[in-house]
Amino acid sequence: MLHIYCPHCEEYREEEEFRPKGEAHIARPKAPEETDDAAWGDYLFFRKNPRGVHHEQWLHAAGCRKFFNVTRHTVSYEILETYKVGQQPTARTTDKGGAK
Amino acid sequence: MSDLAIFDVNPAARIKSESPLSMSRATVSTLRLPQGAGVVIRERAFLGHLVLRGRVSDSAFVAGVEETLGLSLPLKAGGLSIGGKDEASIQWVSPDEWLIIVASGREFETETRLRACLAGHFAVMNVSGGQTVLELAGPAVREVLMKCTPYDVHPRNFPVGKGVSAVFAKSNAIIRRVADERWELVVRRSFADYLYRWVLDASEEFGVYVAE
Ligand SMILES: [Zn+2]
Repeated sequence: MLHIYCPHCEEYREEEEFRPKGEAHIARPKAPEETDDAAWGDYLFFRKNPRGVHHEQWLHAAGCRKFFNVTRHTVSYEILETYKVGQQPTARTTDKGGAK
Repeated sequence: MSDLAIFDVNPAARIKSESPLSMSRATVSTLRLPQGAGVVIRERAFLGHLVLRGRVSDSAFVAGVEETLGLSLPLKAGGLSIGGKDEASIQWVSPDEWLIIVASGREFETETRLRACLAGHFAVMNVSGGQTVLELAGPAVREVLMKCTPYDVHPRNFPVGKGVSAVFAKSNAIIRRVADERWELVVRRSFADYLYRWVLDASEEFGVYVAE
C-alpha cells in the first residue's frame, strides 16, 4: 500500500484514494494541423515505459479530485516527490534500459 | 451579477419530499432509547447544499463569499467554517471548490445572494437533491469510523472543525467533525441507502439508536 502525499490536500493519503493516469509532461503539438501523422500518433498513443524513475500523473479521485504529478521508481515503487501540474520535477529520470 | 436564468428547485409547494433514505430500513437490531447508545444516528434531511467554485487569488470573490455567508472562506485543505446565520457551513473540498450547507429552504436565497455579490469567473450549483447528511453522535463514533475509512480519524489528525473527502466503506463520503463526539457524513444520493445500512451494521456492536 502506497502512502501518497497530495500537494493539494497537503497530507499523506492511502493509495486507494488515487488513480494513476499515465505519463506526465506530454506537450501537445503547438500546431496540430501542421503536425505529420507519425508525430501526432506519437503524441496521442505512445508512452514511455521505463524501468526506473518515471514522472506520472495521478488523480486524487476520492479527495480533492485534482491531478498532480508523481516521480516514482517503477521497480521499487518508491515515490521520490509529488508536485502540482505546471511545476517541474527536481528528481531526474535515470533511464535504465526502459523501452522507447 | 451573473446573467443566467436560475430557478428555485425546491418551491416548498405541498408536494411530499422524500430524502434519499426515505426507503431505507434498519437491518440490524437498534436500541429503543438513546440512553447508553454508543452511536446515535440521525439523518439531517433536506438541507440546502451548494457547490461553489472560484479562485482564491480573486480577493473580491473571497470577500463576496464571506460577506454573503457571514463565514470565513476556508483556504486550506480540511478547512470547515460553521456558524453565522442559520447554522450555515462552508467546507474546503478542493483548491477551487467548496461545499456550502444551509438550512432547509434557504438554498435558493443563498444562491441568489451569492450571484448578486460575486462577479467574474465563479460558479454556484445547487446540489441539494444529490446528497444528504448523516449525523453520528456518541462515544463510539470514532471507532465506527475506523471500521469504515482508511483516513486517520484520531484526534491528533482530525480535530473538531476539520472536514475531508475520503474513501468510505469502499465508496466515498465527506467526513466532518463538528463537535467532540459529533460527526457528519455527507453522502451522495445513489450511495445513501448503502452507506446508511453499512454505518448501522458497523455501529450495531456499540449499541445504536436511530433518531428522527
Ligand atoms: Zn488531494
